[in-house]
Amino acid sequence: MSVSIEQLSCQELVELVTDYLEGVLPAGERASFEHHIEGEGCKGCHEYVHQMRQTIELTGSLTPADVSPEAKAALLGAFRDWRAD
Amino acid sequence: MDDAAVIAALRARDEKVFAELMRMYNASLLRVALIYVATRAVAEDVVQETWIGVLNGIDRFEGRSSLKTWIFRILTNIAKTRGQREGRTVPFSALERPEAVPEAAVDADRFLPPDHPRWPGHWASKPEPWPEERLLAGETRAVVEHAIEELPPPQRAVISLRDIEGWSSEETRNALGVSETNQRVLLHRARSKVRQALEDYFAEAG
Repeated sequence: MSVSIEQLSCQELVELVTDYLEGVLPAGERASFEHHIEGEGCKGCHEYVHQMRQTIELTGSLTPADVSPEAKAALLGAFRDWRAD
Repeated sequence: MDDAAVIAALRARDEKVFAELMRMYNASLLRVALIYVATRAVAEDVVQETWIGVLNGIDRFEGRSSLKTWIFRILTNIAKTRGQREGRTVPFSALERPEAVPEAAVDADRFLPPDHPRWPGHWASKPEPWPEERLLAGETRAVVEHAIEELPPPQRAVISLRDIEGWSSEETRNALGVSETNQRVLLHRARSKVRQALEDYFAEAG
């Protein structure tokens, strides 16, 4: 389905951001998307896409949670039992 | 180390390699387990059982999938069984048919109504830039962490694997056993909510 430049509203655009960033938007929609946010386009959506990128970057700076040290110690114990078999 | 080297090391009972694998995957395994079971304690049990399953199965592993995918399949099977035993209803719709329940990335009241004469669906209150100097503050990171914890477990698992662990979409969908589209829908909802949490935070604190 191709959406013309005029048809892509801000409310529609925010639902396409992930497809856009994942590079899976069909060419026509991609062109509408870019036209909407670039240059003299929509400042609100331009900022929105920027914030999604900032969100992804911030999430990427988190340290993964880990299992408890007790659980890890138990597993290494299990490993040694397994090796001894 | 590639898969073949890791598999050979495990078969040779190399403890260092096993410990390293645990370090790499424990956090992700825990997140995925929490899709199916209710508590962190049970999820830790499931992760534990998974590693025992890996050790017991490694000699028979045929390498038809990547080692990572195989490990996550073991986890998913154990977690599903465990969740059913607990009488927990597995959120199939959330994981396998996320589109069944629509969710907007941004509240409808942020936009002009569809019958607006000139700008239907355009911003009524547009996003304002965030204060750059506060983006990297510890408190901001805590907001992101909290927002992720609050997500429904399937969304939480996807955003953790994709954006915290840095996995590809293919690795993520293989580990979770979901379609490419559903993986993306879950990621979209998760990221949209985290963005909203940040916007709320900066609006309040600003």
